[in-house]
Amino acid sequence: MRGELLYEGKDWDFGTIQRIHDAVADIAHKELGLDTFANQIEIITAEQMLDAYASTGMPLFYKHWSFGKRFAQHEGIYRMGLQGLAYEIVINADPCISYIMEENSATMQTLVIAHAAFGHNHFFKHNYQFRQWTDPEGILDYLSFAKAYIANCEERYGHAEVERLLDAAHALMPQGIDRYPRKRPLNLHMEEKREQDRKEERERVYDDLWRTVPGRARGAMQLAGDKRRALLGLPQENILYFLEKAAPRLKPWQREVLRIVRLIAQYFYPQQQTKVMNEGCATYCHYRLLGRLHETGQIGDGSFLEFLTSHTNATRQPFYDSPSYNGINPYALGFDMMRDIERIVREPTEEDRYWFPEIAGTGDEMEVLRHVWANYRDDSFIAQFMSPRLIRNWRLFHVVDDREQPNLEVSAIHNERGYRDLRRSLSAQYDVGGYAPDIQIVDVDLAGNRKLVLHHRVRDGKMLELTNAAMVLGHLANLWGYEVLLQEIDAGTEQVLKEHMVRPEAG
Amino acid sequence: MHIVDRRLNPGSKSFANRQRFLRRAKDMVEKAVREASKDRAIGDLESPGEISIPSEGTREPTFRHTQGSRRDLVLPGNKDYVEGDLIERPRGEGEGEGGGGQVGRGDGQEDAFRFILSRDEFLSIFLDDLELPDLAKRRVAQTEKEGLRRAGYTTTGTPANLALHRTLQTSLSRRIALKRPKQSTIDDLESRLVEAQSRDDADSERLAAELETLRNKRSRISYLDPIDLRYRRFERFPKPVTQAVMFCLMDVSGSMTEHMKDLAKRFFMLLHVFLTRRYKRVEIVFIRHTDRAGEVDEDTFFRSAETGGTMVSSALQEMLKVIRERYDPGVWNIYAAQASDGDNLSSDNPQTRDLLQNQILPLCQYFAYVEVSGPNTETHGYVPHHGQSSLWLTYAALQKESEKFQMRRVSRREHIYSVFRQLFQRRAAKTAEVG
Repeated sequence: MRGELLYEGKDWDFGTIQRIHDAVADIAHKELGLDTFANQIEIITAEQMLDAYASTGMPLFYKHWSFGKRFAQHEGIYRMGLQGLAYEIVINADPCISYIMEENSATMQTLVIAHAAFGHNHFFKHNYQFRQWTDPEGILDYLSFAKAYIANCEERYGHAEVERLLDAAHALMPQGIDRYPRKRPLNLHMEEKREQDRKEERERVYDDLWRTVPGRARGAMQLAGDKRRALLGLPQENILYFLEKAAPRLKPWQREVLRIVRLIAQYFYPQQQTKVMNEGCATYCHYRLLGRLHETGQIGDGSFLEFLTSHTNATRQPFYDSPSYNGINPYALGFDMMRDIERIVREPTEEDRYWFPEIAGTGDEMEVLRHVWANYRDDSFIAQFMSPRLIRNWRLFHVVDDREQPNLEVSAIHNERGYRDLRRSLSAQYDVGGYAPDIQIVDVDLAGNRKLVLHHRVRDGKMLELTNAAMVLGHLANLWGYEVLLQEIDAGTEQVLKEHMVRPEAG
Repeated sequence: MHIVDRRLNPGSKSFANRQRFLRRAKDMVEKAVREASKDRAIGDLESPGEISIPSEGTREPTFRHTQGSRRDLVLPGNKDYVEGDLIERPRGEGEGEGGGGQVGRGDGQEDAFRFILSRDEFLSIFLDDLELPDLAKRRVAQTEKEGLRRAGYTTTGTPANLALHRTLQTSLSRRIALKRPKQSTIDDLESRLVEAQSRDDADSERLAAELETLRNKRSRISYLDPIDLRYRRFERFPKPVTQAVMFCLMDVSGSMTEHMKDLAKRFFMLLHVFLTRRYKRVEIVFIRHTDRAGEVDEDTFFRSAETGGTMVSSALQEMLKVIRERYDPGVWNIYAAQASDGDNLSSDNPQTRDLLQNQILPLCQYFAYVEVSGPNTETHGYVPHHGQSSLWLTYAALQKESEKFQMRRVSRREHIYSVFRQLFQRRAAKTAEVG
């Protein structure tokens, strides 16, 4: 089947974009079985792209100086020519909005549409993280509500007041995320059943001897503490949530602003956890889609070469000793893993059959990939699907840097003994629990001096960085209104390593 | 699928955010400019330049880990390491081991972030709430100068103003309108006539007649007629004065220490920056004096030392002389700033006061006197202290009489800026009266 060329040369107009979209959609839906939100493609200028960068890509956002700072930063870099702009930004909304730059050539627009409007779009719609934590239909409405609400607050309570509050809220933003779905309130029926179960359990284990065991009084006090904590929902890792619900001195509008910041943070949370997969999915999709367009004669050889150049640049992974090495490129890792899965499904080796018995040789790579895209996030994806073959291709090795040792040690390389170690260590690098500090509110005495107690569980001696911690705690104390105590506790030994005590600023 | 063209949407959505950011960074910008002005010559503040500010205060803190006791790196591109190999710890950042470089960047980024402000933005923040004293401002509005500007064309004028292009345009249109025969038409006819005559054609007579008419017509309708002439027209218009001259007067007698001169320099520098923001053109005249005064260049003014007594009136005389020679008060806004340690020959005081009050102040927009003293003197600003200098006492009376005259004391480098602000602060209440 030879189709007609969708476009020639690098120029495009709206008709071209429409044709490209339709051609891509045809292949995506019929051949790859992608299922996407409706698309909305918006054409913007470089200036507007810079604007979008500053507000984390969202088309509308409330106003805050930090966005101005980010804008200045990006603008500086861009004007000096140190870095080009992204070709596109895509927003997880329904309809899915993709911004494409006006100066892209027709081939680049095709690439961008395949990548964002189909690859990312499918991923947003199906990945369980996004399904659990984001509401693509509501996000734009919510942002416009947030923008209006905060502008309104600025007018009523003054810029300075709102700015202070937002500063504090932004500082705590990473601690404003629910990592696990919150417990649903029990309905009456469940409540009754639970009470019944408890009663039975009590009767079953009743033993009069317990009455005579000493230390009862202390137990009672302990119980009171437990009960108090349970009432407040402690321990609580979502600090912003806790403040919104329980901080004694906040006014209603301040609680609402905290809520806005917290919900927006939550909306972006899945993106942090699926960077490799999301880009891998989109890159794999555009690779397949453009390849198919070329096969069916809908894009010319020249355009296809132009596409391959960009694609190769995006998926380049320099080795660790190259001057351009800047960590692992999520596009490269994601794309290579998707391609590797395709290979395992279609042409497995003996090794693959041993490592991946459930997918090797099943024949339909899209079915497997769709399942993967829907049900994994970066750490679990790598832990599950990093194959020995890919480890060999990338020549991965694992270095342990122990402060106490004079030298770094290579603990695993790409050989039979090293595969599992490498896979585990690489996966751990993408584990949110690993890189975000584990900080929880553990106690507060609402009846007494109202001191808020937090614990930071220290693993591998990773203490909090002092300057930052002091500033964030200052913000926290101001929001809470009373003293705040943060204890850094070693996760292994339960030893208190350090205490930070902060009082709120007067007034 | 929808395609939306956003390109025509109003750009610079980030403008409001940028404004907020600048407001936030204001303190640091002020600090940066004070730092930067330390080592610069007065005129240098003029030249375009960028000033960067550190990120403190615009820092966005979050809880972060320090490096910890153990790090695990998984890196691509193993060449010849085998399990159990020991690698020497890379020195510094980013050497050999990519991981090391990465962490270094992560830690340093916040502190290293520098935001570049354009000079304009920077100055407008810096001089944000300063204003020329009201009296001077009102005067600026009144003092007008006649200027000339182009205003279309006219049919009369001097040859020097002849607008050639426009003249030939009119000439061309007139020639076309009157159907002046072209040279080529005549040439053509002539050659046909010659041809006809050689063949002895009957046509030759008709052609000769036709040629004659055309020739006549051509000579009647001239190529360039006085009617075509156009001249550039200029009209006079009132031009508000947009130039200023700034007199820097300084006592350089032996009693002025380096520290005092440094204070004076800083003050003059600020004044210069400020005036250049308000006027298109600012000239600076440096007058230094001991018991004699003279106009000098900037370098001499600040660097060379002189010895001798102190007669302030000599400097004022010199200033008057310069004004008379070069700066017509009707055309120039005149500002003066005087810096001195306050010493003056006591017999000179009445004369100084008289000169200032009756001759100089009426010509000036503003006259600021800054008394500099040693770093150990505590007072600054308008707080009078015990040992009042003779010049201070002489001037004190003037300040009450005229708003054009202001005086302040300064003893320390860090006070210069606040004293300067005091002198030029926007005076809200009075503006209301004037307005």
